[in-house]
Amino acid sequence: MLKDIRNYQWLLAVVALTMIISVPAVYADDDDDDDFQSSSRNSVMSSSQVGDDTKSRDRSKNGSRVLVTNEKWKDECGACHMAYPARFLSAESWRVMMTGLDNHFGSDASLDAATATEISDFLQQNASRKKRKSANGIEPALRISETRWFKSEHDEVAARVWKSPKVKSPSNCAACHTKAESGSFRERDIKMPK
Amino acid sequence: MLRTLSISGLMLITFVGLSMRQVYAQTPSDLLASLQIEATKNMPNFQGFSADRGETFFKMKHGNDWSCSSCHTDNPAVTGKHAKTDKPIKPLAPFVNAERFTNPKKIKKWFKRNCNDVLDRLCTPQEKGDVLAYLLTIRK
Repeated sequence: MLKDIRNYQWLLAVVALTMIISVPAVYADDDDDDDFQSSSRNSVMSSSQVGDDTKSRDRSKNGSRVLVTNEKWKDECGACHMAYPARFLSAESWRVMMTGLDNHFGSDASLDAATATEISDFLQQNASRKKRKSANGIEPALRISETRWFKSEHDEVAARVWKSPKVKSPSNCAACHTKAESGSFRERDIKMPK
Repeated sequence: MLRTLSISGLMLITFVGLSMRQVYAQTPSDLLASLQIEATKNMPNFQGFSADRGETFFKMKHGNDWSCSSCHTDNPAVTGKHAKTDKPIKPLAPFVNAERFTNPKKIKKWFKRNCNDVLDRLCTPQEKGDVLAYLLTIRK
C-alpha cells in the first residue's frame, strides 16, 4: 500500500512537470519570441541518408553524413519552400540573405528580429566551409542554383528535364531528389520525372 | 483500490493537459472585433465590414501579378498552392482549418508579407476585416 502511494506521488510529479513544460505551447504554439526551447533547438537528423558536399565533416560515427536542423529554420524557411540545407551556401551568403528578407527574391519573407537572428546564426554556423562561388560573378551567391558548385553538380541534366512542368524551377530539389526533404541528395535517391 | 484511483487520476490529468493544447490564443471573432475597434478609431465614417467586399478584394489583382487567390485559390476552403514554389498551403477558411487566425504573431507576420506581395503596401483594418468577414462565411 505504501509503495502504491509513493508510486502515485512519483507519477504525479512527472505529469505535473510535463504539464509545466507544455504550458507555454498552449498560449503561443508558434511563438516566435519564445525562448523556452530555443537553446536546444538545433538537432541532428537522419544520420544514414544525408549528404553531398562535405567530404569529412558532418559525419556520424558510422561514416554517413548528417543533416543539421533547427526548428525555426524548418518552420519558417519551410513555410514557402523546402528548407534548404545550411551547407548549400557559404556563411557570407546566408548572412546577406538573412538581412534582406523583406525582399526575398521578390517576395516579402520578413521575420521578427529574434527569429531572424536565430535562423541566421544557425545557417552561418552550419554553412559550407567552401566558397560556394557565384557562377555569374556577383558575390556572395544568394541563389543556390546559381553557384558554380550547383551548376557543375547538374551539368549532366538535360535541358528538357529543367523545362518539365514537374520540375518548374531548379529550386525544386524534390522534383528529382526524392529524399531532399530529409537531406539526402545521393545518386541512388535521384528519380527524374517523366 | 488505491491503484485504480491513482491510474484514473493520472489519466484524467493527462487528458486535461492534452486538451489544453487545443486552446487557441484568440479566435477569428476576437480578431474581427479588434479590427473593428481599429477601423472605428482610424476612420470616422467606418460603416462595418462586408463579406462581399472582402470576396472581391480577395479575388482581384491590385496592380501586381498576384491576388490573394493566386496562392489561396478562389476557394479558401481547399488546400492552396504557393504561386512560385508550388508548396501546399493549408485551407484559409477557419471553418475548415481551425488553426487559422488564432495566433496573433502569425496573423501579423502573414498579413504584412502577403499585403506587401499583393498590394505593395500594408492592408488597412477595413480590408483585413472585409476579407476575414468573407472567410468566416465559408462553410464547407
